[in-house]
Amino acid sequence: MSDKKYAVEINDLAVEFRTDDGIVKALNGLDLKIEEGKTLGLVGETGAGKTTTGLAILRLVPSPPGVIVGGSIKLNGEDIFSKTEHEMQALRGKAVSMIFQDPMTSLNPVMTVEEQIAEVIELHEDVNHKGAIEKAKEMLEMVGIPGERGTEYPHQFSGGMKQRVVIAIALACSPSLLIADEPTTALDVTIQAQVLEMMKELKVKYNTSMLMITHDLGIVAEICDTVSVIYGGRVVEHGSLDDVFNNTRHPYTEGLFRSLPNLDNRSEKLKPIKGLMPDPTNLPEGCTFYPRCDYAMEICKTVKPKKVYRNDEHYVECHLYDENNVKVGGLIGK
Amino acid sequence: MWKFIAKRLVSMIPVLLGVTLIIYLIMSMAPGDPAKVILGEQATPEQIAELREEMGLNDPVLVQYGRYISGLVRGDMGESYNSGLPCQVEIFARFPNTLRLATVAVTISVILALPLGVLAAVKQNTLFDGISMVIALIGISMPVFWLGLLLILAFSLNLGWFPSSGSEGLRSMVLPAITLGFNHMASIARITRSSMLEVIRQDYIRTARAKGVSEKNVITKHALKNALIPTITVVGLQIGAMLGGSVMTESVFAWPGIGRLMVQSINKRDIPMVLGCVIMFSVSFSIINLIVDILYGFVDPRIKSQYK
Repeated sequence: MSDKKYAVEINDLAVEFRTDDGIVKALNGLDLKIEEGKTLGLVGETGAGKTTTGLAILRLVPSPPGVIVGGSIKLNGEDIFSKTEHEMQALRGKAVSMIFQDPMTSLNPVMTVEEQIAEVIELHEDVNHKGAIEKAKEMLEMVGIPGERGTEYPHQFSGGMKQRVVIAIALACSPSLLIADEPTTALDVTIQAQVLEMMKELKVKYNTSMLMITHDLGIVAEICDTVSVIYGGRVVEHGSLDDVFNNTRHPYTEGLFRSLPNLDNRSEKLKPIKGLMPDPTNLPEGCTFYPRCDYAMEICKTVKPKKVYRNDEHYVECHLYDENNVKVGGLIGK
Repeated sequence: MWKFIAKRLVSMIPVLLGVTLIIYLIMSMAPGDPAKVILGEQATPEQIAELREEMGLNDPVLVQYGRYISGLVRGDMGESYNSGLPCQVEIFARFPNTLRLATVAVTISVILALPLGVLAAVKQNTLFDGISMVIALIGISMPVFWLGLLLILAFSLNLGWFPSSGSEGLRSMVLPAITLGFNHMASIARITRSSMLEVIRQDYIRTARAKGVSEKNVITKHALKNALIPTITVVGLQIGAMLGGSVMTESVFAWPGIGRLMVQSINKRDIPMVLGCVIMFSVSFSIINLIVDILYGFVDPRIKSQYK
């Protein structure tokens, strides 16, 4: 296991937002690893801490009110918390870049799109402005937009094309890690498929590692190698695509699958997970999922569950399991 | 773009007609008889009646107004009741003074206000932010004439640094320009701060940071241009307000511009001169508004694409 190279390694990361209404504990000891060239799907509900994780890797958690209270993040083996702001600026856009959720608001409305792409190239590569514009046009062509449209402004593009521009910006300097924060959520279904297909191709072309933040398990199945399920600011289940999809262990992961429509029986009703995410200013003492869990036991209320490994990769944080029964499963579902 | 400008220039005509009509009606309803003003205290009723007939003051107001407008389009603002000279001569002689004072005041206030507003936003909730916003609040709340009097008291009477009146050289412009510009600066600083605060929370600012853009460039290159859009509106409106402010400032500092000319003319019931001044003010205001609209196009491509 130790000979594997990781694009990013997050250990025990804790992030808080200190607001007037109380301390929001966004991340509570999050662990996450992405092997080089691989794609990890980070799956969870709104408010689970997905975007905060992405921003933390860039060290761009808005501060105030955001405070990183503990843990470590290693990018290509280097600890980013020991870097200066200036060193971080050299990494952002070059070693790691991020695609944001809403393409409508992610582009500067008063700059032409080629200027916005060229900016990142000029910052990180040894080219003059003219060369950067040239390369920006190439990037546009690569994401399927005619290069001559580079002189246009974001408002002249459709949502799907804006997202392509955002992707072009993110990939312009061939980053080793790409963080994609729900890159298709704001797009039409047909456009979603196109954008995903393009991202898959580009990922292979540049051998980019990717953190795919999403709540869409279909996208995960399509594009990811490993999956981390995040709940209440912690990864509650992690494993390969096969582990998590076919040997689901955590009741929350099971709940996510059960809230998907069944294509074989379209009239079947969805079974949403009951209740809502816990108030992040007041998280339960034990397992954060127990108030919504069908299998909750007395111990879940007070004791935080520890990782139980099913194999080298696959683990689950749930009191239902110990070393013996985690391999067998069958405790939940049906 | 040219079509847009032409369209806007044409649409200024009804605005100016409306303004002149309202002013003409108000002035004609005000008490006092221009004929009496011209002839003085000793005039006999016969003399007055004769002059009124001669000046057409017995005609219906709208007929008088029509006569005035037909003169105006030929570049004739009528004769001053006071000097007997054509009004446009005096007005055009004085207008550059007002323009000079306003330009200096606007320039100084914009140069000071923009960095102040931007810094206050970037350093939100710090001491710097607090102090600059208190100064801005004072600036907005303080009446122009009172600030002018305070400045004269401090810098002319006590310290003797600057003259309290007149228009000789740069030194005499300092106090009037500060008086006129202070309130203006305060408003621009406040709007710059608040629009900047809004802009730096936008997603595209986060995108810029994620690209590795330095914090300085995030502010100056990405945020400022977006924050300028509301600021330009306020600057434009404030220049209009400044023309009004020049009436008071010029009176306090005896500055020979058209603001002071207007006050003097009102006191002398010199109706053609007052009308001429008001028209100058409204034309300037309309042109400034047009310039503001054109500037929008340069700052915001979304607006420019509508200027077809």
